[in-house]
Amino acid sequence: MKKQLAAVNDFVVKFANVNGSGSASANTLFAKSIMRMGVPVSPRNIFPSNIQGLPTWYEVRVSERGWLGRRGGVDLMVAMNPQTWNEDVKEIAAGGYLFYDSTKPMPASKFRDDITVIGMPLTQICNRTYTDARQRQLFKNIIYVGALSALLDIDPEAIKKLIAEQYRGKEALLDSNIKAFEMGRDYARAEFKCPIGLRCEARDAVGDQIFLEGNSAAALGAVYGGATVCAWYPITPSSSVAEAFERHCKKFRREPETGDARFAIIQAEDELASIGMVIGAAWNGSRSFTATSGPGISLMQEFIGLAYFAEIPAVIIDVQRGGPSTGMPTRTQQSDVLSCAYASHGDTKHVLLFPEDPREAFELTALAFDYADRLQTPIFVMSDLDIGMNERLCKPLSWDDSKLIDRGKVMTEEMLDAGTAFGRYLDVDGDGIPYRTYPGTHPKSGAYFTRGTTKDRMAKYSEAGPDYIENMERLLKKFETAKSILPAPVRHANKVATRIGVMYYGSTSPAMEEAFELLQEDGIVVDGLRIRAFPFHEDVEKFVAAHDMVFLVEQNRDAQLRTLLMTECEMDPAKLTPVLHYDGTPITARFIAGAIGAKLGAKNAQAQRSAAGN
Amino acid sequence: MTYIAKPKLNHPQAAINTLGFTRRHYEGTISTLCAGCGHDSISGAIIQAFFELSIEPHRVAKLSGIGCSSKTPTYFLGGSHGFNSVHGRMPSVLTGANLANRDLIYLGVSGDGDSASIGFGQFAHSIRRGVNMLYVVENNGVYGLTKGQFSATADQGSKSKKGAINSDSPIDLVSVAMQLGATFVARSFSGDKTQLVPLLKAAIQHKGAAFIDVLSPCVAFNNHGGSTKSYDYLREHNEAVNRLDFIPKREEITTDYAPGTVEDIEQHDGSVVRLHKVAEDYDPYDRIAAMNYLQAHAARGELVTGLLYLDREPEDLHSHLGTVKAPLNTLGDKELCPGAKALDAINASLR
Repeated sequence: MKKQLAAVNDFVVKFANVNGSGSASANTLFAKSIMRMGVPVSPRNIFPSNIQGLPTWYEVRVSERGWLGRRGGVDLMVAMNPQTWNEDVKEIAAGGYLFYDSTKPMPASKFRDDITVIGMPLTQICNRTYTDARQRQLFKNIIYVGALSALLDIDPEAIKKLIAEQYRGKEALLDSNIKAFEMGRDYARAEFKCPIGLRCEARDAVGDQIFLEGNSAAALGAVYGGATVCAWYPITPSSSVAEAFERHCKKFRREPETGDARFAIIQAEDELASIGMVIGAAWNGSRSFTATSGPGISLMQEFIGLAYFAEIPAVIIDVQRGGPSTGMPTRTQQSDVLSCAYASHGDTKHVLLFPEDPREAFELTALAFDYADRLQTPIFVMSDLDIGMNERLCKPLSWDDSKLIDRGKVMTEEMLDAGTAFGRYLDVDGDGIPYRTYPGTHPKSGAYFTRGTTKDRMAKYSEAGPDYIENMERLLKKFETAKSILPAPVRHANKVATRIGVMYYGSTSPAMEEAFELLQEDGIVVDGLRIRAFPFHEDVEKFVAAHDMVFLVEQNRDAQLRTLLMTECEMDPAKLTPVLHYDGTPITARFIAGAIGAKLGAKNAQAQRSAAGN
Repeated sequence: MTYIAKPKLNHPQAAINTLGFTRRHYEGTISTLCAGCGHDSISGAIIQAFFELSIEPHRVAKLSGIGCSSKTPTYFLGGSHGFNSVHGRMPSVLTGANLANRDLIYLGVSGDGDSASIGFGQFAHSIRRGVNMLYVVENNGVYGLTKGQFSATADQGSKSKKGAINSDSPIDLVSVAMQLGATFVARSFSGDKTQLVPLLKAAIQHKGAAFIDVLSPCVAFNNHGGSTKSYDYLREHNEAVNRLDFIPKREEITTDYAPGTVEDIEQHDGSVVRLHKVAEDYDPYDRIAAMNYLQAHAARGELVTGLLYLDREPEDLHSHLGTVKAPLNTLGDKELCPGAKALDAINASLR
C-alpha cells in the first residue's frame, strides 16, 4: 500500500497559481480559517517579479506548536498552474498529496508513484454553474477551498464566517461565494475519502495573536509615532508601507471639524526626491519618513550623508529584497545591512533597527521617530520582504497612552526669550547631541544655516581642520550615546551552560526559535542572542566574549552583519562563524540547524585530527 | 562662506519699513562672489523686496542647492533659517519643508546648472505640484564654481570663454515652468532692478508656484563676445513685455496711471500687480498665448522679460492634499496618536 503522510495540525500546503487569477483572497481565506480554529498558521507569498499570467505560489505552514518560520517541503500541493506542473509535483514530499484540476485528465506519466493524487474537475464544475468568464475564474478558487475544507477537515463554519465578514453589506457576493464554497465541499465529500491523512483539529493555540503584514504594521507604527509627512517612490516590496500609511491616516488623521488631513503623502518622482522631502520636512519640525528597498537606498545615498552631517532626523523603512542591482525584486534577503550602516560618502555611521515580525515593525517604527528626533540623524528600520509582504501571526500590537512624542532637544521661542545660549552644533550636555531650532521660531535669535559643508559649533561655514575634527568626533560621541537609547538585544533563555552561541536578527527570528529546539534534539545546546539595533549594545560584545564559538545567522551572501561586528567591535573574527542563507526564500529552521550541526561536526573532526597530530 | 565680517554700521537716517526695520535687517554676510556678479544684484533685489514688503526675516525659509547662485542665501536675510542642500535637489527639500509648515514663506534659490541640468527633474516636479514658493533661478548659462563649463541653458552656438562652441539646444526654464503649470512665471535681468524688484514682491505674495528666471551674467566665465548671457548681449536683446509695480494688500490702490495703459492684476491674497503695458497685445493671463509669444520672440533672438503668465486664482500643494490649516509641525500627541483604544480595535479586526 502506498505510504500516505498523516499529521494533525502539522503540515505544509502549497498553492501553485497563475498570477492575476484572483487566487490570493481564496488562499488567504484558507489560511485564516485554520487560524480561526485556534491552530497557528504561517503563510508566505512566493512570487516571481511579474504582473499577470505568470506563476505565483502561496505556501501555508500549519503548526500547532506555533512554529512560524518557513518549514520547507510540501505535504499537499494544490497545483493550479499547468506551466509549473513538473516542478510543483517534484516538490511534494514522499507520501504527500497532489490536488489538481482534472477537467483535462493528466496521463499517469505526469504523476509520481509515491504520492496520492486527488483530481477534481474544477473547471467543468465551474463552467456548469457560471457563464461569466471572470466568475468562472474567481469561483474556481473558492470551490477548491471548499474541497480542501473537506479533505483537511477544516471547520466550514469558520470559512463561512470569514466570507461573511469579507462581504458584509454585499449580499449578492456573499451568497454566491458561500454557494461556490459549498459546491466544492459537497463534491469532495461525495467523491473522495475525507479527510486525508493531513487534518486540522480545533485547538486553543492561537490565543490573542493577530494576523497582519509587516508593511501595514510599520505604517501603523508611523501613525502612532506621529509622522505627518510621507514621501515615497513605488518599489517592491516596500510600496504597501506608504499605501497602508495613507489608509491608516484617512481613518485616524482627519480634523474632526473640517475633515482636513493631518498628514501629507507625496508620491515623489524618484527616491532622491522622496528622501529630500523627508529631510526638508524633518528640518522644519515634522516627523517624516520614506519607505524603500535596496535600489532606493542606493539612490538616496547623497541625501542620507547630508542628513547625517547636517544632523537632520529622518526615518527610512528599508524593506529588503534580493540584490545586488535588480537582483530578485520579489524575494527576501538581509543584504542592505552594510549599505545602510555606512550610507553615503565620507565617514558616516547610521542607526539600524531590526524588527523580527510585524509587531516589532510597528513598535520599532513608532520608536524610530523618537530616536531620529532625539539623535537628530537618519534611522533605518531594516524590515524585509518576508516580514513586510506576508501576513504573519504575532502578539497583539500594544501602546502605552502615557508615552508622549519625544522631540528631542529643540530650542523653543520661550527658551530663547529667556536668554538660553544657542549654538546649533554646541555639545552642551556632553552627549554629542546639540540643540536645534525649527525655522521661524524667533524673530531675533535661533536662526542658523544648514549645510552639507563643514562648519563650526555655531553653524558658521568653516574649513578649519580643528572645527571639522571636533564636529566629526562629536558625531561619534552621539553615535556612542545612541547605544544607551536603542533597544537592547534579546537573550534566548537556555537552562544548560554552553560555550556555543548563536546571534541572529530580523526575520530570521521565527526559524531560529524552532532551530534551537531542533539543535537540542540533536544534542547541541546553544545560547541565543537576537540583535535589535546598530550601534551594537554592550551585551553583544559580552555575549561574544562569553562563548568560545558564535554562529551568526544571516540572509545574505557576504555575512554583512559579521563584517559590521568585526569593524565596529573589539572581537576576534575567528570566533564568529557565519551561517548564510540567501537564495531569496525565507530561511528555515532545518537549514539553520543543519548548517550549525555540520559546522560543529567539521570543527570537531578538525579538533580530533589536530589532537591526533595530522 | 565669508571671511570678512560685515560692518555693523546703520545709518541713523536709513529708511525704515512698517516693522521699523531698515534694509540692514534683510542683509546677510558679505558676498564672496566675484565683483560684478549678477547674482549679487539679485541678492540686492531680494533684500529690497522683503524690506519693502515689511516681512519679518525669520518668517522666511531660504533654500538652495549647490553652485554660485546657491551660495547667495548667505548674503541676504541673515535672520532667516537657510538650507544649502545638495546639487539640484533643493526643490524636494523645499517641498518637504513647505509640507511641514505652510505658514512660512519659501524662497528657493537656484542656478541654471542646479535647475536645468542636474536638478531638472526636481525643478519640474516642484512646479508641477504647485508648491507655494518663490523659485528664483539665477541664470548665467555656465558653471562658475567649476570654472566655465556650459550649463543646459547655454544657447546653441554660444561660445565659452575658452572658445568652445555649444552644440546642444538650450532648455528654456520659463517655457518649461509655464508648460508644467506654474501659476506665476516671469523673466528678468539682474541688471534691471526696476523690473526685478516688483516681480519679486509679487511672486513672494503669490500663493502658488511662482517662478522667476533671472538672467545674470557671470563676469568671470560668461561675459565675453561669444556669450549670449553677457551684460552687453542681454541689454541688446531684452524685450520687456511689461513694466510693473507691486501694491501690497494693505496699501490703497492708487490711480496715478492713465486708463488704457495700466492693468491691475489682483492676486489670490488681494494684493495687486500693476502692469505698465508696453506690449499692447500682451495678455499675461493666457498661458497658451504667452507660450506662443515667447517662442516667436525666441525665434527672433529676443529675450522676453517681465511678468509672462499669472493665474489669478492659483492653488497650491496643500490645497491639492487637503491638509489642515494648522502647520503639520505644530500638531501634538492628541492630534497625531490614535491611542491604545484604537489599537485594541485594530487588534480585534486582525484575528
